[in-house]
Amino acid sequence: MRALTWHGKHDVRVETVDDPGIVNPRDAIIKVTSTAICGSDLHLYDHYIPTMQAGDILGHEFMGEVVEIGPKSTLKIGQRAVVPFTIACGSCYHCGKAQFSACDNGLPADNQDIAREAYGQPMSGLFGYSHMTGGYSGGQAEYVRVPFSDVGPIVIPEGIEDDKVLFLSDILPTGWMAAENCDIEPGDTVAVWGCGPVGLFAVQSAFLLGAERVIAIDHFPKRLELARRFGAETINFEESDTYEALMLMTGGIGPDAVIDAVGLEAHGLFVDNVVDQIKASTFLGTERTHAIRQAIIACRKGGRVSMPAVYGGFVDKFPLGALMEKGLTLRTGQTHVQKYLPALLAAVLEDKIDTTFLISHRLPLEDAAEGYKLFHDQQNEATKVVLKPGLSTAT
Amino acid sequence: MFQTEKSHPRDDAAVVTSKDTKGSRQLLASSVTINRPASEVYAFFRDFAQLPQFMENIERIDVLDDKRSHWVVKGPADSRYEWDSRIIDEIEGQSLTWQSEDGGDVTNSGRVAFAEAGARGTVVTATIAYEPPGGILGKLVAKLFQREPSIQTRRDLRRLKQLLETGEIATAARNPAIFAEQEG
Ligand SMILES: NC(=O)c1ccc[n+]([C@@H]2O[C@H](COP(=O)([O-])OP(=O)(O)OC[C@H]3O[C@@H](n4cnc5c(N)ncnc54)[C@H](O)[C@@H]3O)[C@@H](O)[C@H]2O)c1
Ligand SMILES: [Zn+2]
Ligand SMILES: [Zn+2]
Repeated sequence: MRALTWHGKHDVRVETVDDPGIVNPRDAIIKVTSTAICGSDLHLYDHYIPTMQAGDILGHEFMGEVVEIGPKSTLKIGQRAVVPFTIACGSCYHCGKAQFSACDNGLPADNQDIAREAYGQPMSGLFGYSHMTGGYSGGQAEYVRVPFSDVGPIVIPEGIEDDKVLFLSDILPTGWMAAENCDIEPGDTVAVWGCGPVGLFAVQSAFLLGAERVIAIDHFPKRLELARRFGAETINFEESDTYEALMLMTGGIGPDAVIDAVGLEAHGLFVDNVVDQIKASTFLGTERTHAIRQAIIACRKGGRVSMPAVYGGFVDKFPLGALMEKGLTLRTGQTHVQKYLPALLAAVLEDKIDTTFLISHRLPLEDAAEGYKLFHDQQNEATKVVLKPGLSTAT
Repeated sequence: MFQTEKSHPRDDAAVVTSKDTKGSRQLLASSVTINRPASEVYAFFRDFAQLPQFMENIERIDVLDDKRSHWVVKGPADSRYEWDSRIIDEIEGQSLTWQSEDGGDVTNSGRVAFAEAGARGTVVTATIAYEPPGGILGKLVAKLFQREPSIQTRRDLRRLKQLLETGEIATAARNPAIFAEQEG
């Protein structure tokens, strides 16, 4: 089959690799019809995430048709399903508490030691996201082996187009959980750093969960425009001073809850960011964390900090003092995708949440490398790139 | 020899976690919590023929009688290490202690305890005693475990947990051919 493989920093290629097949009884094989490039993939593309190996197949936001099933799969051949990016067993203690991204059994036993060293305990497996998260082949491919297919994938009713439901695989539940982690109360103002796919779904989710106002922060006019479409007020951090603008918008109080939907590659010529960038490029520190610092400083006293953004290692100058002195609550984590799927599918089918607005580019899988470059270099125009293995390169 | 429950005199930590490197080096212990009732975990483990399913380096275990079993471990270049093992102490549903019999290729002994942990299932603690590294025996032991014995034990216990909780052992192998290659 054809698949997008990683070879190093800014080097991804579509190559021919061995097809997947059923290995374990609960497996299914999915023929991919749509597969997206995620902001998290850019962290791999920029080689910020360790334990990648040349030839790894990327991709964790995908859906398709069931073409093969193991004896214990509950899927049926011919069904269409969206696959969660978190590989979780459904039967361990954590899955029982709906903490799917903390599943005990998603990672092969031998891969668990890396996370045990780095984080104390291993987490769930993830598709196409380094060997620390299992080394599973990802979904930017024609076919994917999906473990635990009896508890992960959600079956999509006939007649619903891919583009409408594809984002159930990751960014829609991620934006939703980010808003849920804000414990929104009536009258609350929520500020969201980053108007990428995660931030934009967090904006919609915050309103649905009862926020009175949402303030969205980014520097790409097109992305800010999308946030405005859903009713958010906006701050362009290149045009305006974010902290001062937030104070004026909230009567000096600060937002009741803040969301970091930027992550470890924050943009901008801020002093702390430039220092982080130099350190990251010389391997002295691993993250560029301007957004989370600013969010914590801006948050009101006793407020909530929600951090869907991905960090992998250690940070410098984290405002621990502000977090403590103001009595803030910090909530974060890889998304417990499986927990949210039924309710969010229903919300999408009832048109309560808009999903297709996000897609700026639809490309054949063969053009995946160009897709990465586009999503990486032209973030203003490229809001979301969806790859379609079925699309011919001519179109 | 297998008293992991017994603490270091100064605190409540298991003695194998002691930083005193002169003392109990030949002991290792590892725990895992399995979301199944203790009776079920015990019954699975008590049937020694099933152990190679999750113990990576064990090729085969033949059950000889109620207390004795014959273990076969793969070595390099098609070599085999074999010994007989005897259950020397057993508390139904709670613990199993075994000891290798004289005349085998490898000397080892161990104890596995199964403790009820309420809503979390069962805490399985394996304690294994082996000859200190060095010499021919040490080399054999290293072969037996392939990796550092404590890492191997930890990984085997995770596989046991996966098998009992999910009915299978997680693998990232994309297809059966890659899986067979990885299993060697
Ligand atoms: N927790 C999870 O399970 C999960 C799932 C998916 C994605 N993520 C993470 O969420 C983050 C966002 O993902 P995405 O797909 O939306 O990525 P993205 O790269 O498309 O979007 C990030 C946005 O942040 C903006 N930004 C950069 N610096 C900023 C700053 N200083 N202040 C304000 N905005 C700034 C960028 O301009 C961009 O629009 C990433 O870190 C990604 O890894 C987490
Ligand atoms: Zn993603
Ligand atoms: Zn689980």
